Formats: sequence, C-alpha cells, structure tokens
Amino acid sequence: MSDPGFFQSALVYLTAAVISVPIAKRLGLGSVLGYLAAGVGIGPHVLGLVGGSSSSSEVMHIAESGVVVMLFLIGLELKISALWRMRGTLLGLGGSQMLACGIILGVGVWLLGIELKSALLIGFILALSSTAIALQTLREKSLHATAGGRHAFATLLFQDIAVIPLLAILPLLASTSASATNDIHSASHLSGAMQGLAICAAIASVVLAGRWLLPFLFSYIANAGLREIFTATALLLVLAIGGLMSLVGLSPALGAFVAGVVLASSPYRHELEGDLEPFKGLLLGLFFISVGASMDLQLILKDPLGITLLLAGFVLIKGSVLAALGKLFQFAPGATPLYTLSMFQGGEFAFVLFSQATSLGILTLDQSARFNAIVALSMALTPLALLAGRNWLKPPADANTTPDREADAIEHSSPVILAGFGRYGNYVGRLLRSQGFRPVVLETDAEHVELTRRLGFEVHYGDATRLDILHAAGAQQAKLLVIAISDEETIDLLVATARRHFPHLEIVTRATGMDHRLRLIQQGVHHVFHELAGSALDAGTQTLRLLGVPAYPAERAARKFRRWDVESARDLAPIRLQDESAYFAIVRERVANLESLFRSDPTHEGSTDAKAWQPPSSPKTPPSQS
Amino acid sequence: MRRRILLIHAHPMPHRSRVNRHLVTSAESIAGVTVRHLYELYPDYMIDVEAEQKLLLDHDIIVLQHPFFWYSAPALVKEWLDLVLQYGWAYGEGGTALQGKSLLQAVTTGGAAEVYCSAGRNRHPVREFLLPFEQTARLCGMTYLDPFVVHGTGQLQTEADLAPHSQAYCTLLSNLASGIDLPPSP
Repeated sequence: MSDPGFFQSALVYLTAAVISVPIAKRLGLGSVLGYLAAGVGIGPHVLGLVGGSSSSSEVMHIAESGVVVMLFLIGLELKISALWRMRGTLLGLGGSQMLACGIILGVGVWLLGIELKSALLIGFILALSSTAIALQTLREKSLHATAGGRHAFATLLFQDIAVIPLLAILPLLASTSASATNDIHSASHLSGAMQGLAICAAIASVVLAGRWLLPFLFSYIANAGLREIFTATALLLVLAIGGLMSLVGLSPALGAFVAGVVLASSPYRHELEGDLEPFKGLLLGLFFISVGASMDLQLILKDPLGITLLLAGFVLIKGSVLAALGKLFQFAPGATPLYTLSMFQGGEFAFVLFSQATSLGILTLDQSARFNAIVALSMALTPLALLAGRNWLKPPADANTTPDREADAIEHSSPVILAGFGRYGNYVGRLLRSQGFRPVVLETDAEHVELTRRLGFEVHYGDATRLDILHAAGAQQAKLLVIAISDEETIDLLVATARRHFPHLEIVTRATGMDHRLRLIQQGVHHVFHELAGSALDAGTQTLRLLGVPAYPAERAARKFRRWDVESARDLAPIRLQDESAYFAIVRERVANLESLFRSDPTHEGSTDAKAWQPPSSPKTPPSQS
Repeated sequence: MRRRILLIHAHPMPHRSRVNRHLVTSAESIAGVTVRHLYELYPDYMIDVEAEQKLLLDHDIIVLQHPFFWYSAPALVKEWLDLVLQYGWAYGEGGTALQGKSLLQAVTTGGAAEVYCSAGRNRHPVREFLLPFEQTARLCGMTYLDPFVVHGTGQLQTEADLAPHSQAYCTLLSNLASGIDLPPSP
C-alpha cells in the first residue's frame, strides 16, 4: 500500500473512467466505448500514463476477473431447468456458429499466406466473440431478453465451452517444443484422459459444493451479521472457482457460470447478486480500459491500409456468416440484425490464445500483434455498429406483444416483493401463494430462510432496505411492495427507500402501533395495517360470543369496529403531529361515542332504534321480531 | 321407515326472535332431526359448501325455517342456496343429489293471515311469495311440501300463545320423520 505506484495507477484508471464513461453515455455511445476510449487515452501511445505491456497485462489479469464475475452473475439468473430448455439453441446454433465462422475465417487467413493448420487455429480464435462487450451492450440497451439477445447469449455460452478444446489443441500445433510456461494452462502437461478426468472432477466439486456446502457456509456467514464478510465470501467463492478451473485448464468464466447456475436456486441468490454487481461493473470497466490501453496504435498508424482491409475483411466475413445463421435457424423478425451486430467482434479470449500461440511459436510476434489489433478494433466497433443500426433493431410491434417465455426464466420477476417472512410475512406469503401468486420473498434471518425453504417456500436471503437488493429482487418491474418486517425503524427506512427510488411501487405495510400507523398514513402510504388488529379483533369476537352475543351480531360488531378504527386513523393522522392536545381531545370524543355508534347497528342486542326487519303491522311493539 | 330431517334455521338475531326461536327449540328435541343454525355457523357468510352438501345427502327431508323478511328469507339463506345447490350436483347435467328428497319451508310472519290474500294489504298469499323456493326445489327434483306458516307473530306473546304453534310444528316433523307423508303442495 505504501507503493506510490499503486495510488498513481488507481488515480489514472479511475480518473479516465470518471471522465470518459459519462461523456460516452451522454453521447449515446454506451459505457463500453467510453471505457475503451479511456484506455486508448491513458495507453502508452497517447498520454502514456500507464506503462508498457508488462504492467497493463497485469491489470488485464485482474480485469479478466470482471468477466468471471459477470458469468457467475449470469449463471445466478439462470436455473438449471432454464439452461436445459436452451440446450437445442446452445448446441445447434453455438456449434454451427463456431464451425462455420472458424472454417470460413480460417480459409480466409490461409489465403493471406499462412500455413493451413495455423490459419484454421486463427480462424477459430477469431470465431469467438466478446462475452463482455456483447452482453454488457445488450443489457445496457435492455435487449438481452429479446429473441436476438437470447440467441447471442446461447452462442456466447457455447464459445466459452469451445475455448477449452482450443486451449488444448495449442500445444499440439506447436512445431517447436517451446516450454509452455503459462499459468492459464498449467494442466497441459497432463495427458488428455487425465485432463478430462480433472475437468470432470472440478465441475463435479463445484456442483456438489454449490448444492450442499455453500448454503451451509452462507447461512453461517450471514448469521455472523457482517455484511462485508458476506461480500468477501462471495468474491472469494467466485475467484476460487475461477482459480480451480484454470488449474484444470478450463475457462474460469465457464467455471464461475456453472457455480452461478448451481446457486441460482439458493436463497442467497439476490444477496450475492447485490453484493457482486458493483464489482462486476468496475472490473469489467477495468477490463475494457486495459483492452483500450493494449491497442497497438503504432502498428495501426504504420500500416493503416493493411489493418483496415484486414479489419473490414474480418468483420464482413464474420458478420455475413452470423447473418446467414440467422436465416438458417429462422430467427424471429428483427433477431438476425441484433445477433449479427452484437456478435461480429473478436473476443477477449483471442488475446489470451494469441499470446499463447505466440509463446508456443505457432504465430510470429507481428502476426499476433496484427490480429490482436483487429480484435480490439472490432470490439470498439461493436457499440458504434449497434448505434448505427438502432433503427434497424427496433423489434416489430407484434414481436413485442408475443409472450417471451424463455425471457421469463432468466428474469424471474414477480409483481409482488414481500419483505420479511417471519410470523407476519408468512401469513401474507401463504395467502398469496394460495391464489397462485409467487412473491419474491426477502428475509434477513438466515435460520428462518432455511426453515421456510424446507417448508417449500421460495425465500431469498437479503436485506430489503438495501437498494441493490431491491434492484436484484426486481423492484423496477414489480407493482407491489408488501412490508412484513417487525422493526419500526426498518419499516420506515424501507418505506423511504422504496418511495425515493421506486415511486411506482404501491406499498402495503405493517405498522407496529397506533403512532407508527398514523405516521405512515401521514407520509402518504395508502395501505397501512396495525400488526395486531386482526388477531385482537378475532379474540374480541370470540369473547363476545362466549358472553352470549349471537354470532352474526358479534361478527358485525368486530367488522364495524375495524372500519371505525381505520377511519379514526385516517382522520387522526393529519392532527397527530400538528396539535397534540387537539389529538387527545378527539381521541377521547371518539371513544366516548363508540358505544352509541355500535348501539345503532341493526343487529345490536340493546338496540332501541333498530329499524331493520320490523314487521310493518306492529310499528309500536317493542323490538320483538318473529 | 324412519326418515332423517335436516332443519336449517336462519335468523340473524336469535335474541330478537321469539316465535322462531320457540319453534326451533321445540323441534330440537325430536329424534332424527338435525338442527343447523345458519347465522351461528356462518356469521361471516363463508358457507362450507362441502359440509352442507354432505349433510343434505345424509338426510331425506330438508326444512328451511326462517322469518319472512321482505316477502322472502334472510340474506344468508339465499347465499346458502346460491353456493350449495351447485350445477351438476343439485341440478343440470348429472345433478341428481337431491332427487326424491322433500323440502319443507317453515315461515313466521309479522303480518296476520288476513293481510296475505288478494284482498289484503300484501295482495298475495304467502304461498305465492314462496314461489322461487318452490321452483328451486322442483328443479332439483325435490317434492315441495305445503309450507308451515305462523302468522301474526306480534300477537303471540305468552307461552300459552306459542305452545299450540310449536306443538303443531313438532307433530308435523314427527310425522314426517316416521314416514307419514304430507300431501305434496298442490
């Protein structure tokens, strides 16, 4: 920490991001382009604020964990059942994309005069697209749930799997026996069978741990009540999985994705999402900056024509193949352009694979520099291309109205968020469930979460007063927020947060007492319920019946009392805070009037002026119904 | 052959009823009569349809006993009919659950017998006001028995006033229970 270099770099990176990203956003270019521009600006070829390739590759390394965290979060939103549903798209479309793009691009590279084996390798590396850029851009424009967005997602997922054989093939292609001293591929010395075994063991351990060990760990950590330790655990988990996966030669992002899918049905899903989201954003930003910084501007300036032609050829070929796939797989209208424009660029794994191919002697330094430049430039083109094609990408009106089933599985949003699933909330939740509504339930007591889940309820561990948790629970799309928390201050805090950030949410809340209730009404919360009124009036009704009051009059009395109570609260709320003595005077008056109010009910036993059900022939007879 | 009687009594405020209460109390002592106080069972109008249907199946004669409010029954009786007599169960396709059973209505009116005729203030006999109930029974394949009516309840103040009515009522129910048929309503 005493190293001034650390502060200096942090200062440079953060300043560049803070300056360029909002500008890019405001210009409608999207954050990705902003980060890339920031990277170019601070890179060695413009301002030279960040050093040569050695330090920027180190940053790149940290930044790659942004992709890992992102894939983990994507996995979290995708249950195994949803993944299973997309198996057809995943294998069919993803496989075809890799094969078609790989072979056609490979032939193109071969025509440039590179040996066939290496040319095909380059072709397949270039067939990979950038998960980070494509998904980030799609999300920013809320296009990820459209048909084109889903096809892109499935293809990207397949590409992440395809990285494994590509990494495995590299050493086999090496003509010289260059010692492969790369950390990403340290299992390469293992035989194929051994590596396969190692991969299976690693994935199995992630799945098993996710099922049985992690829920226990999270519940233990959550019970400690230290928010930052929970965050630390989440980060540790993702990075450990990434480390484990790269140890067996698997893409760390893919491993994190698997872990995410396993944890998608865990109650800690929303909490994990909320905790990791800012890290994902920052790390991805860092990643894009380092991509920008690593762009070899000198190379581009030395041979602008050659690079431009190469870039144009690459983009046109890959784009055409993607568009052809869209036709072949009969995408919904509007999906093909989106698919093409979001996927035509080269991917971040290309940097890794090219650098390894170079160190293995498969590619020359100049070749890998050129291809790296093309990949980076194509990445920078993506937001621009999406921007240029935005009118083209508008989904047709009827495509909007058709229900998007698969998107539902990814989004899992409910019109109701239920905060608190204790003694009070579980009544609300069970009632909603009985009518087929599935609220997103948030609960902070880890033990309670476990118990409730065992009873078959979908409960998520998470503090509803936190803005990020509310976001993760889908407050943006929800219609109702039901507050069933017992603590008065927490209720107030949640009401304030919800009203400030999600003014569209209608709030139904529990109040802890008369004063609290009046305050909430005064704040404009419409549906305020005294937490004990229901039970107390039930007890009162039963007592009346045991005292000999017939059931129907007792029932009416309780209902009338409830209505009177609600009206009193509404009338008293504006007075309570303004004028205490006036308030108490009115309370006294209302209580004094209570008995005469109830005496006037047609079913009241002592009713002297009850006029219901009196026979017309005997108006003078005392209340003596047939 | 003994027949089982289900007496459904509906009065929203039994404490303000005198004649009706007297009738139902005396009927409770007859063997084979099951009495259900509808307003005590469902003060919140949440009728347990399944339980009611099961009771109907278990009995041969259904008695609806209630005061005559606005030329009809108290509201909960209507709710009971609406919910319990379901399509496909009591009537309509496959609705044969009540077929062959009998329905007897026992009604108390404030007005004297004289006002319930074409020349009287109410312009119709009680029987005519009860037409919807009668047709309901017919649709369900039930025999609608001649209703038991007590008129002028305001005049019935003493035990001596009430006794003849409850005796007649008990005799009627006992006869029904022991299988002596009343003539069905003309």
